[in-house]
Amino acid sequence: MTDITPSAPKGRIGKIIDSDVFYSYRTSPVAIIASIIATILVLGALFAPWIAPYDPFNPRTLNLMNGFTPPMSESFTGNFFLFGSDHQGRDVFSAILYGSRVSLMVGLSAIMFAMVLGVSLGLIAGYRGGLTDTVIMRIADVQLSFPSILIALLIFGVARGIIPPSQQESMAIFVLIFAIGLSDWAQFARTVRGTTMVEKQKDYVSAARILGVKPIFILIRHILPNVVGPVLVIATIGLALAIIAEATLSFLGVGVPPTQPSLGTLIRIGQQFLFSGEWWILFYPAVTLILLALSVNLLGDWLRDALNPRLR
Amino acid sequence: MLAFILTRLGQSVLVMLAVSLISFIMFRYVGDPVASLVSQEASIADQEQLRERLGLNDPFYEQFFRFVWNAIQGNFGISYRLQTPVAELIMSRLPATIELAMTSALIALVFGIVLGVFTALNRKNPFAAGIMAFSLIGVSLPTFLIGIGLIYVFAVELQWLPSFGRGAVVDLGWWRTGFLTETGLRSIILPAITLSLFQLTLIMRLVRAEMLEVLRQDYIKFARARGLSKRAINFSHALKNTLVPVITIAGLQLGSIITGALITETVFQWPGIGSLFLSSVAVVDVPVMAAYLIFVGFVFVIINLIVDILYYVVDPRLRIGGTAKGH
Amino acid sequence: MTETLKAAPVSQPVLSVKDLKVVFHLRRGDFTAVDGISFDIMPGEVLGVVGESGAGKSMTGTAIMGLIDRPGEVTATSISLKGERIDGLDEESMRRIRGKRIGMVFQDPLTSLNPLYTVGEQLIETIRRHLPLNEKQARERAIELLADAGIPDPAGRIDSYPHQFSGGMRQRVVISLALAAEPELVIADEPTSALDVSVQAQIIKVLKRLCAQRGVAVMLITHDMGVIAEAADRMIVMNKGKIVETGPVGDIIHRPQEPYTIKLIEAIPSIKSQNPRYVAAVAKGEVAIGGKTDAPIVTVDNLSKVFDLSPSLFARVLGGKSRKLVNAVNDVSFSIQRGQTYGLVGESGSGKSTCARMIVGLLEPTSGSIKLEGADIWRDKEATARRRQKIQMIFQDPYASLNPRWRVGEIIAEPIRALGISKNATEIGDRVADLLERVRLDPAAMRKYPHEFSGGQRQRIAIARALSSQPEFIICDEPTSALDVSVQAQVLELMSRLQEEFGLTYLLISHNLAVIRQMADAVGVLHNGVMVENGEVEQIFSDPRADYTRMLLDAVPDIAKVA
Repeated sequence: MTDITPSAPKGRIGKIIDSDVFYSYRTSPVAIIASIIATILVLGALFAPWIAPYDPFNPRTLNLMNGFTPPMSESFTGNFFLFGSDHQGRDVFSAILYGSRVSLMVGLSAIMFAMVLGVSLGLIAGYRGGLTDTVIMRIADVQLSFPSILIALLIFGVARGIIPPSQQESMAIFVLIFAIGLSDWAQFARTVRGTTMVEKQKDYVSAARILGVKPIFILIRHILPNVVGPVLVIATIGLALAIIAEATLSFLGVGVPPTQPSLGTLIRIGQQFLFSGEWWILFYPAVTLILLALSVNLLGDWLRDALNPRLR
Repeated sequence: MLAFILTRLGQSVLVMLAVSLISFIMFRYVGDPVASLVSQEASIADQEQLRERLGLNDPFYEQFFRFVWNAIQGNFGISYRLQTPVAELIMSRLPATIELAMTSALIALVFGIVLGVFTALNRKNPFAAGIMAFSLIGVSLPTFLIGIGLIYVFAVELQWLPSFGRGAVVDLGWWRTGFLTETGLRSIILPAITLSLFQLTLIMRLVRAEMLEVLRQDYIKFARARGLSKRAINFSHALKNTLVPVITIAGLQLGSIITGALITETVFQWPGIGSLFLSSVAVVDVPVMAAYLIFVGFVFVIINLIVDILYYVVDPRLRIGGTAKGH
Repeated sequence: MTETLKAAPVSQPVLSVKDLKVVFHLRRGDFTAVDGISFDIMPGEVLGVVGESGAGKSMTGTAIMGLIDRPGEVTATSISLKGERIDGLDEESMRRIRGKRIGMVFQDPLTSLNPLYTVGEQLIETIRRHLPLNEKQARERAIELLADAGIPDPAGRIDSYPHQFSGGMRQRVVISLALAAEPELVIADEPTSALDVSVQAQIIKVLKRLCAQRGVAVMLITHDMGVIAEAADRMIVMNKGKIVETGPVGDIIHRPQEPYTIKLIEAIPSIKSQNPRYVAAVAKGEVAIGGKTDAPIVTVDNLSKVFDLSPSLFARVLGGKSRKLVNAVNDVSFSIQRGQTYGLVGESGSGKSTCARMIVGLLEPTSGSIKLEGADIWRDKEATARRRQKIQMIFQDPYASLNPRWRVGEIIAEPIRALGISKNATEIGDRVADLLERVRLDPAAMRKYPHEFSGGQRQRIAIARALSSQPEFIICDEPTSALDVSVQAQVLELMSRLQEEFGLTYLLISHNLAVIRQMADAVGVLHNGVMVENGEVEQIFSDPRADYTRMLLDAVPDIAKVA
């Protein structure tokens, strides 16, 4: 049943276009829309200094006269604000561009950190088995049952107690990345361990062991390429979670320092004005955050289905 | 059965010891316990005397042992910030958190399982597809935004429900409940929905994925080949098998509701231990943080134990040894 | 194509299929799994449907039951059960036919039963769904059915869960379930393929006996011509969705008409055929093959392997559980002569693969020694290094033995690189190309990935990898069990040719006695980790000494056994 008319051999690009994953992308409007939205948001964040009409964090350019300008209108001083301005006269649109930059940077760094840690530990646990496996996976289990926000908060609290106050501001972002990353590694470890345990039983690994190939090379050259798929899926969904975690921490006031506001900080600021009618200060950052998390989540969800041959 | 539970209990004790150790290290080495107790002007000698009196110069294991012994007796020290015993603080706020968490857990479980089964059995149904799309929005929405959104719509614009607090509570002596007054019941609606939404979508997606997996199994195909009714196949054969793995993950998810409550509690100014913990983190009130960590560890261990026992009851492969006899 | 029966049917056929088609609508176009087949099954008849993978035989059974799901589509001029049309019925009417009038048995007894219900619950549920009995009557009937299927102490075991039964017993339960509502027809889809030879024979007997007693017609779908020869009255040979040939089993096996069938029958090894090399040696006047020469390449002495499957220390102390040790291999000794093939035979759990893994260095023996040219490969460091170059292995599953993320060229070159035989890329490339040619694959294959090849081609790639370090001794662990018979014949032929070309020594591990007889010079029979018999191939097959060997030889379904 497997022999369906084989298509004519094509070049590398032809192969990619012909591949099942690309086919599933082409035929999934959700995936296409999500990737377009994600691309726009990422490009906006990346090129914020060039796109943003104002520099929102330079106190000298702020003018209190511009405060609380509604969206799509001009202030008393004649400045135009697409998404309105906040209480300090800061342009919400510019603040969002810079804020997404911080959110994305923290989210990406945290997930990279979690990925490196989780994949390494998962590979070791799965390959070694026995006591090593038990210890690593028990820690992962406990870790998984504690919500990541709590772990991040604890790490944050401890870091506050250890790091001298003068450096807290500058270290805050690193503490945040470390805290979010450390609370996310277990997902990677669990999946990679599972795949590793399956793969190491397979005979291609036996074939390498017969030749006396060292475990470290078997892990890196044989098993690692086979866990890339699931890791990619977790990383994508994890990125959305990390962005949300960062926003939550910043919203709770324990995240990035106020000098480098992220989307979460902007929402925290905006919340103060929700009841008094200046809804836009909260609304636009919130929508951006949701769009960012949702589009990344949708891509992850699509990727999982596309890479899972049984669901096709 | 007894051996199984004993084994699990033993493991739970180990986990609790590990959590206590982390908690103790935090308690003892983050910040200076003495500095928070004495005034700025106290002399070095006075500080040293206090240090001796508190046993801070004793060997590590002795201090740890004392910490654990105190914890078992419910003594977690005194809050730096509020200068009241931590145990008292926690006990006064525990009912609020537990009532909120239980309500949310119930909502998440009931709707999660029902919707999960519905979407798994009706993959082509546009309504089910709509629920699935909505569920992705559910996992992408940060809890605090859901809370703010609900407050804005139902408290600010429509003014149907209160936006913060627990309403009036009835004191039952050892427990202050909000379930017995109208304001109490009205107050819990928004926070409970906020807290349950994320878990609900997770459980729903999990149930759906597991059920689809089970429906692909040979024994389902064989049940169809025996001409069993659709109802019997879907609800007695497929659902029961679906629930086995769901128990584990749903159990852990419910555990995280109690701790996840801290965001919801902050948004709704709900007087639970989550908001207590959060305000303690901000000022590095270590005794409260340490006690909270132990509390969370305890909840985790209890839920794990319940999950394991449930698993054992549901799955005969664990209950009855797999001794295959004869050929 | 002889589709019509010889004479006009005396009575009405139980099942009559006219022009059945199953088409899958896939994105790369339509794929026709079953392409317009027609056949009848008479009352009480056992109709064998045989074919290689992809022939559409399972699809035929599934389509008759109305169990094809999208994207598959079933069309037929008609499918009639006792003259009554059952094609195109709605789902609810079809449910009344499934189980009630057509029972079905699936391949894998381990997965066909719901693990969370007792076998009694599953039987009673099925009986009460189709027959007007109350709970108590249904239970009595369930016990009778289990007793009929040969389950000892059925009244005591009815409340057991599936996992408490062995594979063979579970398949008996599955048969009881299929017969629970007195159907007129049973469709058995590879009912014995997942079972060991000795159990397989019993299950075929049970199925045949029960159906004969009840006058139930059987559609027996299998890839194994031996099973058909043993059990069926009439057979259909399918290939690529079409019927190639139909007729009485004896006629087709002895006098196949169509070229496809002729080739297929030729490719099937029989335990009754003598070893070709033995025949050749006798013809040349030599005494026998497999006699002791001076220098065995590998000697295995008193080899044992004990697996410790004890529960954790914690569980043992608290739960009062005892240690559990399994003797997977127990005091096994044999030696393999240079240039010969040594066959190791046994059922699952006999320890044959464990032996292989110890010899190749994947598993450390508990006791005993394995010597390569006189040096112990587990104790002597130098011998270990020599083993890596001189001993290679070919595995059973060609899908799991090649890393899906590596190109074929990299896979074949791995031994060359890992053992440091060559570091020159051009030289390695040339060697890989040469190896591919020797296993009759296009050297251009080295730039492709394993998934672009069929099972047989993958096994050739695995052979090329095994050869790339220029070994002298190759362990072949069930090298053809995952392959179709015609592909098996090609791979075996290739192995023989390479043996001559390179002077290789083989250790051939197989559960398939016919393959062993065809390929091996000497044979060892393993049972529960113990070597029950060891000697020259023809001596063992023509005059087995051990009871177990005799039982095994009797149990094998073989095309030579056709009436």
